[in-house]
Amino acid sequence: MSKDFKRPDGRKFDETREIKAKVGIVPNADGSAMFSFGNTVAVAAVYGPKVMHPQHSQNAEKGTLRCQYNMISFSVKDRIRPGPSRRSMEISKITEWALEPVVMLKGFANQVVDVHINILQADASTRCAGINAAAMALAHAGIPMKNLASSVSIGKLDKNLVVDLSKKEEDWEEGEGATDIPITMAPGGEITHIQLDGKIDSKQLMDVVALAKDANEKIYEIQKKALKEIGEK
Amino acid sequence: MMITPKTNAERIKRYLEEGKRFDGRKPEEYREVIIETGVSKNAEGSARVRIGKTEVLVGIKMDVMEPYPDSPNKGNLMVTAELLQLSSPRFEGGRPGFDSVEIGRVVDRGIRESKFIDFEKLCIKEGEKVWNVFIDIYSINDDGNLLDAAGIGAVAALRNAKIPKYDEEKGKRLFEESSEKSLPLAETNPLTITIYKIGDNILLDPTREEEDVSEAKLSIGISDGIISSMQKGMEKSVTIQEFEEMLKMAEDTWKNLNSKLDKSD
Repeated sequence: MSKDFKRPDGRKFDETREIKAKVGIVPNADGSAMFSFGNTVAVAAVYGPKVMHPQHSQNAEKGTLRCQYNMISFSVKDRIRPGPSRRSMEISKITEWALEPVVMLKGFANQVVDVHINILQADASTRCAGINAAAMALAHAGIPMKNLASSVSIGKLDKNLVVDLSKKEEDWEEGEGATDIPITMAPGGEITHIQLDGKIDSKQLMDVVALAKDANEKIYEIQKKALKEIGEK
Repeated sequence: MMITPKTNAERIKRYLEEGKRFDGRKPEEYREVIIETGVSKNAEGSARVRIGKTEVLVGIKMDVMEPYPDSPNKGNLMVTAELLQLSSPRFEGGRPGFDSVEIGRVVDRGIRESKFIDFEKLCIKEGEKVWNVFIDIYSINDDGNLLDAAGIGAVAALRNAKIPKYDEEKGKRLFEESSEKSLPLAETNPLTITIYKIGDNILLDPTREEEDVSEAKLSIGISDGIISSMQKGMEKSVTIQEFEEMLKMAEDTWKNLNSKLDKSD
């Protein structure tokens, strides 16, 4: 991996875009947050715990975490048809799986915690921004959690690893092209979510995991800071 | 959805602590895999894959379509999975649920990202006509690990497929005739291998009961040591060390399954 690799926007290989995080942006919700990586903007709102409907979906042993990921129609250049797609169904489920290891819903039998994630503007890494916003919104709603979860995409552009892919980087075509690897971790480095599209060997993949661990630690601090700010108000 | 009784779940976990499974397999041991190809007369290519009692049927259909604006010189791929009600008392009709969407998308990315199909060779006339390859996956019996079975079946069926004849003058696909030309495929087979975690134990090729009690899974799309797709699922996390172990397991399993595939056609 070359550390002098030039990224399209001039960032260092281990540098994320500017991150903004804010808690408490949807007054109606029990908890809410905004998280952005540069031009990628995600908002999340939590409603619940509340009784699960439909009744046949109730779990008598513990509460259910239900996430819904959605891109608004004008979040990308070509309009997205409103409503669920196969892609959004998958990301919704992936988001649930990414967060389930950190939320503690044992005491909420037959109840559901709804997390609504909307991508307002997209410049790649939308699922990561959505997961980061959702983790903060859950904490803001006072849902019992072992910890936050933090998410970042690692990219392999030709042979070079970079942190936090932009759309321009996602569409990289030179050399070996782009490999996109979004990774979510609980603090300490437990992997709660990983996906990969592209081409990589297992040795370099372990470097990817190490890079993600460092980046996610930084994101974790930003999420914590935003949550503390709302607590001080 | 947990249909496996709790007592069985606890027993599966206890057995695994000692490195044992109900059917006598070792944690990293696959059931017998049987691959048959050319099982359908009307499909361009087809395969039936059995892993123990799990069975899937995969068919390839092809049609001529207009290319997408962002890839005017490339053919297209569409992967759909349907969990038939006949294959398990637990499958319900109606709109496709998450499980079938997951199988379709994981298999799609395993094939697409590995560049197994040379889509540029499926262009008939740039910007106007390209071949569309449909991979349709049907469950016939679900005894766990449908995901891996679907991935094996997709590759076997693609290798078995012959491109239909196309009349360029009339701009028509001739349904009754085959060109006898195979699809433009890479030499190594991309496979999706899913590794499961129950408690602190990792295992391969779960039965339905074992899959029910699994707490984490990692699907790895791999072709001769190169990983081209990946997806982690379920409610528990995996440590970095377990992750590394899972990669190793996938590499070894690929070698075994790959030699089976090479013998299948």
